[in-house]
Amino acid sequence: MSGVNVTLGELAAALALVAIAAAASLWRRADLEADLGIAVLRSFLQLTAVGYVIQAIFDSDSLWLVLALLVAMVGFGAFTARSRARAVPGALGPIVIALGTSAALTLGLVLALGVFDAEARYLVPVGGMVIGNAMTAAAVALNRLADEVSAERGRLEATLALGATARQAASGLVTRSLRSGLIPLIDQTKTTGIVAFPGVLVGSLVAGAEPVDAVRLQLILLWILLGSVALAALMATGLGYRGFFTDAHQLREPDGAPEG
Amino acid sequence: MADGLFSLRAVQASRGGRPVLLDLDLDIPEGMTAVRGPSGSGKSTLLRLLNRLADPDGGTVAYAGDDVRGLDPLDLRRRVCLVPQLPALVEGDVAHNVGLGPSLCGRDADVARCLELAGLGEEYAAREAGRLSVGEQQRVMLARALALEPEVLLLDEPTSALDEESRAGVERTLVELVRALDTSAVVVTHDRAQAERLAGSNVLELNGGRAA
Repeated sequence: MSGVNVTLGELAAALALVAIAAAASLWRRADLEADLGIAVLRSFLQLTAVGYVIQAIFDSDSLWLVLALLVAMVGFGAFTARSRARAVPGALGPIVIALGTSAALTLGLVLALGVFDAEARYLVPVGGMVIGNAMTAAAVALNRLADEVSAERGRLEATLALGATARQAASGLVTRSLRSGLIPLIDQTKTTGIVAFPGVLVGSLVAGAEPVDAVRLQLILLWILLGSVALAALMATGLGYRGFFTDAHQLREPDGAPEG
Repeated sequence: MADGLFSLRAVQASRGGRPVLLDLDLDIPEGMTAVRGPSGSGKSTLLRLLNRLADPDGGTVAYAGDDVRGLDPLDLRRRVCLVPQLPALVEGDVAHNVGLGPSLCGRDADVARCLELAGLGEEYAAREAGRLSVGEQQRVMLARALALEPEVLLLDEPTSALDEESRAGVERTLVELVRALDTSAVVVTHDRAQAERLAGSNVLELNGGRAA
């Protein structure tokens, strides 16, 4: 294999590694062979399809098509994050705003600072990475927020009973949820190059890039991600907490609440 | 206040999708009033309607003649302050907890006086709230409500988590408090004897979501 030319034969050879996973599943009777098969098939079909879409966008070099793809990514990411944060009432709106703003601000800043040129070959992969990580951070933070509200209902309502606004009552919970959305990426950034080699660095090196260039590109992307994920988690929790309260600063009751 | 302190008319309320108050008509006068009823009779829901921690599905709740829906809910909760059934203190020392309500609206609290009114010494101010006994925590909850200098205290089963000795102490504190501050209090309890000890003959019965 040289450069970035990967033949179908080489791709098929990599399936041998999937066979090890299937063998492990069979040996331990984990019953994961069917899931593994579906995962391999889906990854092949989805990535192949998106590869052709990206190729078409690169060929056209139309920024409108790039924008359309990014909007579709935000929509898909928002629905995925919402499905993981079902316990948060009205979560879709905050998630769409969080992902959309995070992507727009991050890419806008990257272009304004001249880090990348306004070309499809930069905007599409960087945008996809930003939106994907923002989606995960927003989902994790909102999930934590729902858990916190559920565990702290008594304390929340007791604070509201003192005349606190919803924002005042939920402040500590929102902060803890924000932290839980950010800590995985911060830890990943801290340990990068020691515990794990990030995908872009590995990909660039395999594709034949000079190590120093590959490292600089990886650093740019890691730092972009830190900013975008922080923005997404901040907005998702900062807006999402409101779903638990009414306009009269009342805590909405969960379904099936017991009556005292 | 011809209608009394609180006036409820045709109030319907549900909790978790289950109706708990059914066309309730009730007048609560000034002073100490006990609302007694069995578990599930809607007592806690009733208290939460009085300071708009919840809204009814139908009917009206009036405080001092004004429909509570027309009042600022935050201001109402400072004037009509609820002490919940179980202690729900925040992290930090007792002084921080007692001063919490006033600090939320930019006011200072007389922590020592509130602790004294709630039957705790001034030395409690620096103690970690989470390390106190349940009885002591419940008194801190009371002091925390008093720090807002409310017009009315709403007390939800204030001694349900306490042993007999602590319960008698809290009851004495409540009776003395209402007299000393010339304030009003609405206490909900399932215990008929306690209702009479606290409010004498001023006991309202609630059963099956209606005034009995």
